[in-house]
Amino acid sequence: MADTITLAKTRSSVADSLRCQGAGMPDPNGPRGAKPRRRFSRRNIFLYGTLILIGAYYLLPLYVMIVTSFKGMPEIRLGNIFSPPVEITYQPWIRAWAEACTGLNCDGLSRGFWNSVQILIPSVVLSIAVASVNGYALANWKFKGSEVFFTILIFGAFIPYQVMLYPIVILLRELGLFGDLSGLVLVHTIFGMPILTLLFRNYFTSLPEELFKAARVDGAGFWGIYFRIMVPMSIPIFVVAVILQVTGIWNDFLFGVIYTRPDQYPMTVQLNNIVNSVQGVKEYNVNMAATLLTGLVPLTIYFISGKLFVRGIAAGAVKG
Amino acid sequence: MNIKTSLMAATMLGFAAAAPANAVDLEVTHWWTSGGEAAAVAEIANAFNEQTEHSWVDGAIAGSGGTARPIVISRILGGDPMAATQFNHGRQAEELVEAGLMLDLTELAEAEGWRDIVHPVSLLDSCTVDGRVYCVPINIHSWQWIWLSHAAYEAAGVDVPSNWDEFVSAAPALEAADIIPLAMGQQPWQSNGAFGVIQIAIGGQDLWNSINIDKDADAARSEQMAAVFQAAANARALSARSTVQDWNQATALVINGQAGGQIMGDWAQGEFQVAGQTAGEDYSCLPGLGVNEVISTGGDAFYFPVIDDPDVREAQLELASLMLSREVQVAFNLKKGSLPVRGDVDLEAANDCMRKGLAILEAGNIMLSGDQVLDADTQTQLEDLFVEFWNDTSYSPEEAQERYAQIIEQAR
Amino acid sequence: MAVDASGASGDVPTVGQGARSNGPENRAPAKRPFQLFRNLNAKIASIPMVATALFVFVGCTLWTVVYSFTGSRMLPRFNFVGLDQYERLWSTRRWLVSIENLAIYGVCSLVFSLVIGFTLAALLDQKIRFENTFRTIILYPFALSFIVTGLVWQWILNPEFGLQRTVRSWGFESFTFDPLFTPSIVIYGILIAALWQGTGLIMVLMLAGLRGIDSSIWAAARVDGIPKWKTYVFIIIPMMRPVFVTALVLIAAGIIKVYDLVVAQTNGGPGIASEVPAKYVIETMFRAQNLGQGFAASTMMLVTVLIILIPWAYLEFGGKKRG
Repeated sequence: MADTITLAKTRSSVADSLRCQGAGMPDPNGPRGAKPRRRFSRRNIFLYGTLILIGAYYLLPLYVMIVTSFKGMPEIRLGNIFSPPVEITYQPWIRAWAEACTGLNCDGLSRGFWNSVQILIPSVVLSIAVASVNGYALANWKFKGSEVFFTILIFGAFIPYQVMLYPIVILLRELGLFGDLSGLVLVHTIFGMPILTLLFRNYFTSLPEELFKAARVDGAGFWGIYFRIMVPMSIPIFVVAVILQVTGIWNDFLFGVIYTRPDQYPMTVQLNNIVNSVQGVKEYNVNMAATLLTGLVPLTIYFISGKLFVRGIAAGAVKG
Repeated sequence: MNIKTSLMAATMLGFAAAAPANAVDLEVTHWWTSGGEAAAVAEIANAFNEQTEHSWVDGAIAGSGGTARPIVISRILGGDPMAATQFNHGRQAEELVEAGLMLDLTELAEAEGWRDIVHPVSLLDSCTVDGRVYCVPINIHSWQWIWLSHAAYEAAGVDVPSNWDEFVSAAPALEAADIIPLAMGQQPWQSNGAFGVIQIAIGGQDLWNSINIDKDADAARSEQMAAVFQAAANARALSARSTVQDWNQATALVINGQAGGQIMGDWAQGEFQVAGQTAGEDYSCLPGLGVNEVISTGGDAFYFPVIDDPDVREAQLELASLMLSREVQVAFNLKKGSLPVRGDVDLEAANDCMRKGLAILEAGNIMLSGDQVLDADTQTQLEDLFVEFWNDTSYSPEEAQERYAQIIEQAR
Repeated sequence: MAVDASGASGDVPTVGQGARSNGPENRAPAKRPFQLFRNLNAKIASIPMVATALFVFVGCTLWTVVYSFTGSRMLPRFNFVGLDQYERLWSTRRWLVSIENLAIYGVCSLVFSLVIGFTLAALLDQKIRFENTFRTIILYPFALSFIVTGLVWQWILNPEFGLQRTVRSWGFESFTFDPLFTPSIVIYGILIAALWQGTGLIMVLMLAGLRGIDSSIWAAARVDGIPKWKTYVFIIIPMMRPVFVTALVLIAAGIIKVYDLVVAQTNGGPGIASEVPAKYVIETMFRAQNLGQGFAASTMMLVTVLIILIPWAYLEFGGKKRG
């Protein structure tokens, strides 16, 4: 509890740390006007009641997915979607992972998993490397016109990807990268750039400038300062960037299907194929299992590193 | 003639085999992913794997042509094409051919005498640009069918209708038994197709031709056409409670007896087959809605993008040849529920509905398909119009007719 | 807080600078010709960014705009047709419906995301127990793709399987809630799903912003006897301006791009009631094989973005140096 608050602070203001101490115990002079309160005060009942209701709303779809994926088709057709399974079956999961068919390929999602990993790792590394250097240059080494390019990048964040699909096909063809994994990595790097650069720029801007000056006095150059000072100080924002990119790239369908070949299709393409190939009746249970399996990687990352994410966001995005 | 043809074909294949042909993995893109469709495409793949040294790499993309075509086109434009790809017959690949991105199959076609084999020959015409052949027609699909559930009519206590008028008058009985009279999916191409079927049944072929082939906007504004729109509006009321998305979910409603009928192309047959139902016993089919028995001869065709590799080119030609072979034509079309593109094959195993189709084809009651006469742009505009019309009861038939006439006016 | 490199170097003793040419120079660079070589490493490191900005974002955008005046069909061709594509665009019902939907969706999404995000953050900021748990619950949907979001909500809102049937089975026979099959409200059905997916991130942003507020502000407000809600509205929110700006960028970029969600949830239906501009662009380009029309539609989208963005970008990034 107290640690989250500590995590949230960036430029360790004295007030913040005071509040941290206040968080642990009832403090009549606390900053949030928290009066000494009884555990079951009306305020508390209202507060937790609201939060639990909201929590239920956010959890409902996940619950429905999980419950449905363990039901058999007859039960789905008869029962309501919110009731827990009467008879638990693992069949939908097995089907989704290894048996569901698209056209002639009946090997489910398993085919796409390693492809997704292979796309994910270089894309995440490259896009973050490029964006962090961008952000660093924009924050600390402004040159004439750098802000103009930055504004163009931000503008790029608003362009629907699909609009760029066509020119990029041509661009990649001219570069000779079309259909190659490196082409896809490049595309992810390009489209990850606007938001990531914004994050990194804001973060580096918020670092105390004395550090930068001191390093300059010591004779450190562009790369020296970047590797020896900026990167070590920026772990939270790197975590945020990793999480955002892993989620975005893992969930990407459009680029994966257009800029690669079938033997490299990511998992989401398989997911789309499974969900959209209706063979006879729609197998909702298999669809839900496939959905959960595909979402497992980003979900795990969120559940594990949620704290770091919040901390990084606090550090990077808030200081506009 | 036939002997000569096969000899020539054999020589060609022999030549192909004699050359230092290396086994090639041929990637084939298509969007056949429903139960019946996948079973059908497996027939071609198996034949290809067994009869040649090459192997079929399946590049199925689910979600209908709308999802698959952008992927196919960008791959071809990006210079990393698949070895073969499905398109609907007609004008969809026109520009790719004109840009020289598709393999010219003319030599193979002449050697094997496709012009004599393919029936009706209009299918081959749709593959021909400036006298050169660029695709292999693989099947004939016709839209002009309504599929009726015997179980549904039994439950409602009325006879299974034998034409559109009877179908409409039986609807109240179905409604009373809590059965949806007309099952309709929500996808735009279904709305457009179903309207086309009503158009040909109510308006007749001359009207259809003058609008779709001659692009006559006056015909589109005519009284006759107003009657068609009125009939479509009535059909709209009958399908009001059908909320499924995909065409085969709508077919499933008919199979389960939850709906009386569905206007859908002959590919619906594959679904009945997968569900183990028998034509004439569990379901019936009425070509041209039982009013105007005519079928369109659109369908699917395979194109072979140009790939700069002699081995691949040979494998492509082998696949093209195989697709038109008798065995593949029979095996594929029986599973797919479509009609073969060769007049000289024997479909012993054909069921009731397919025989009806074959008879109509034999009698020459054929028309061109929408994809053959209208380009994708016009088709999409029509799809947008009709998907709105079928789903929005406040869209009046008159209003829709005027929009329809405008689209025809602009059509190229 | 922005560290202006040249400004920073002004405080650095010149002795330390020596003859290095790649570092920020003194206040007034004496030799003009070396302007290009100032910050050379920084410039080299920025090449990917500059290339992306110029070739991809500017280049491709211009390319799109130019070709929107042509009659290109499946392949881009330079046959100039003037404003034809635009005339057709604005006389197409589906485009008009798309624009209207985007306007409704955009305004609602913006308002609700900010309000809900802020309210949730304020609730979590009440020193509650299990804050981590609640925060994780609210944030996790953000890890799921729009495709997944659309599918799940399509299912929950399906009248035959989902919420409606369940409530009816509790005895409320006349309960009707099937937004996805009612043309007039279908866009709100999509909004429900979009908010479920996206508010978590906004909430985290807001929470971070609230934690960054100096606690003495609260103390002062309490001393002055200002009610809590007033403190939030009139003191805290204005202080959180940067957070709101970041949130705004994220939400707005999401709004204009909305596509996958609609495809997965309704595919534009019933009829064309939930069509959106991005979907129109994609489908005219690839399904209708009418590139010119698709480019005209995307140009209209870009123009809209520019009209909104330029004044804001000017104020935010160009107009002043922030401290």
